[in-house]
Amino acid sequence: MIRVVVSKMPLDVAAETAALHGLGGGAVATFTGLVRGDDGVGELLLEHYPGATKAALEKLAAEAVARWELAGAIVIHRVGAMKPGEPIVFVAACAAHRAPALEACGFLIDRLKTDAPFWKRETRGEEATWLGERAGDHEAAERWR
Amino acid sequence: MMLDVLYFAWVREGVGKGQERVDPPAEVKTVADLIDWLGHKVLSDKTRLRAAIDQQFVPLDTPLAGAHEVAIFPPVTGG
Repeated sequence: MIRVVVSKMPLDVAAETAALHGLGGGAVATFTGLVRGDDGVGELLLEHYPGATKAALEKLAAEAVARWELAGAIVIHRVGAMKPGEPIVFVAACAAHRAPALEACGFLIDRLKTDAPFWKRETRGEEATWLGERAGDHEAAERWR
Repeated sequence: MMLDVLYFAWVREGVGKGQERVDPPAEVKTVADLIDWLGHKVLSDKTRLRAAIDQQFVPLDTPLAGAHEVAIFPPVTGG
């Protein structure tokens, strides 16, 4: 089972996780990314490349399923405006045992950060700033190549 | 060779639009050539730019041959 969603709608982590519990695997690993409220951030805006985004995430999910023989994988990314504390991204993997589930979960979030066309803009008061790339993100993604 | 050029994030804001259809001359062979030919001020520092041809990420020295859609944008920052 592969589920990939790019949506403005709020993310229901419990419902998404529960969907992996009936697949017959012995392990489900999940990662939830939350909007940080660094230095008084009031709003985070997520822009993406409609048409390319979902295909990029589906490719990642399919790669994880094949590499770790997963029973299921979920990748969900929100777009649009969000407030600090809200879930922005969710990835999950269901496998026979914990090691492949945990590794696949790490792969999905690390590679999503470098391989999928999303851009973040933080608003503090009246000032909006587009985020720059983080060097550590590329190192994290490279370890899965 | 008609091309749809898409812009995202601060590149889109700097260009002032999200998309334009262009017809570059034959000497525009690569994504980098296209960026120079487009001539938008916000595109002047190519080290800050990334690109995709027909929705696949590519290096800026990639030939445009056969491309229908070229996207120009900052490094991605999702997750």
